[in-house]
Amino acid sequence: MIEIEDVRKSFGSLEVLKGVSMTVETGEVVSVVGGSGSGKSTMLMCINGLEPIDSGRILVDGTEVHAPGTDLNKLRRNIGIVFQQWNAFPHLTVLENTTLALRKVLGKSKDEADAIAVKQLEHVGLGDKLKVYPSKLSGGQQQRMAIARALAMEPKYMLFDEVTSALDPQLVGEVLDTMRMLAKAGMTMIVVTHEMAFAREVSNRVAFFKDGLIHEIGPPAQIFESPERPETAAFLKSVL
Amino acid sequence: MFNINYTFHWNQAFRALPDMLEGALITLQIAVLSMLIGIVVGVLLALAKEARFAPLRWFANTWIEIARNTPALFQVYMIYFGIPAVLQLAASLFGIDFRALGINIFYLDSYWAVLVGIAFNNAGYLAETFRGGLRAVPPTQTRAARSLGFNAVDSFRLIVLPQMFRAVFHPMTNQMVWAILMTSIGIFVGLNTDLTGITQELNARTFRTFEFFALAAAIYYVIAKIVTGGARLIAWRLFRY
Ligand SMILES: Nc1ncnc2c1ncn2[C@@H]1O[C@H](COP(=O)(O)OP(=O)(O)OP(=O)(O)O)[C@@H](O)[C@H]1O
Ligand SMILES: [Mg+2]
Repeated sequence: MIEIEDVRKSFGSLEVLKGVSMTVETGEVVSVVGGSGSGKSTMLMCINGLEPIDSGRILVDGTEVHAPGTDLNKLRRNIGIVFQQWNAFPHLTVLENTTLALRKVLGKSKDEADAIAVKQLEHVGLGDKLKVYPSKLSGGQQQRMAIARALAMEPKYMLFDEVTSALDPQLVGEVLDTMRMLAKAGMTMIVVTHEMAFAREVSNRVAFFKDGLIHEIGPPAQIFESPERPETAAFLKSVL
Repeated sequence: MFNINYTFHWNQAFRALPDMLEGALITLQIAVLSMLIGIVVGVLLALAKEARFAPLRWFANTWIEIARNTPALFQVYMIYFGIPAVLQLAASLFGIDFRALGINIFYLDSYWAVLVGIAFNNAGYLAETFRGGLRAVPPTQTRAARSLGFNAVDSFRLIVLPQMFRAVFHPMTNQMVWAILMTSIGIFVGLNTDLTGITQELNARTFRTFEFFALAAAIYYVIAKIVTGGARLIAWRLFRY
């Protein structure tokens, strides 16, 4: 379970998160939608401790992320995250990209790591690209590789930050399919996305983010069909 | 006065070729070792220059400024004469008996003075090169590595550094050539085993100045070309992506 409690965060004088609270239950898929610059990416980076926070707290399975004694490297093994772009390590092949953390972080042998990586890469349809460098992959393939690489660590949670936003339209489907598969398999996910149809289809709940606050959170039917807040309605009208 | 009766005697020079090649090996050895030290220290200086701890930044700045803005010869001098002087000062201030420790503080081996001096110079130049190279690696790479659970050191070592080395490989090759040529200043601190040192001794014995130094120059040239060519081959093997 991920518990976000009244989190505030500023970059200099710009307050980006203004008291965000949200709980994500194990097995749940929560989509986060909202305008550009509203603080969605920042929130994800706070969850795995890539960004510090100013006040409030975030608990992952009861461990306070920003407490001084927390072993963030250990915590992060449980939280896979895929960014909008530049996920791939360009100097490593697809297989090496996927095995590096298995070997250096989890201490697995080369054979063990290879076996895990090949399984994950085949799962996302990259079984024939093992020896290829990322520069030879399409954007969609790179994103699927990033997903496989994160999954290889067997995380309990997966965070997605607009993973299809930088893709050509014809490549979006293959990445969404991969995430759909994952949601069906019961992975706990937080999905920041602009793909409203996808959010509606896979999410248990949808959170609407605006100006550093969650204005409304609820089942997709509520958010998309009868939003309680006028801001939510206005946002949906602008994107649908 | 011009010696207009100077006639070329190449035979003598060519007979000395094996000796000179042996010297070339020492030259290459100093250059390679000073490069290896320079690369390691250069990376540390590049990081120190961005450090939050101010004294670390000052230290790196001073090193880089001196290395890049004073003659390499002075840098070697400073080490050749400076280190013994500093040791003597330490001895007199703190009453340390270096001789009891088996260290002759009045004398620094010229081979080591040249090696350390050129390493000092390399590190200063490479630090600036590396800083540029580090900027060429997007910060998102560190973010991606950290979120996979790599600690800060491993993220840097396994993800950032390899990409930086690709960005700076060409200037690094230049520095290597520069290091080879710089070794010739060892002659000013009495280094007589490297290519220039051996050439100078042959010259002093035979006065065939032009022949010996022309041959030495040709050897320097060939080494430099081999290094550049070899580097291109290594780059082609290493950076296929
Ligand atoms: N490292 C940083 N330093 C300074 N300001 C930042 C930093 N990261 C983000 N910001 C600012 O914080 C605000 C929120 O950024 P964030 O990336 O979280 O928004 P977002 O909701 O993910 O937007 P988008 O949909 O465009 O990705 C923006 O105004 C952004 O410019
Ligand atoms: Mg964002």
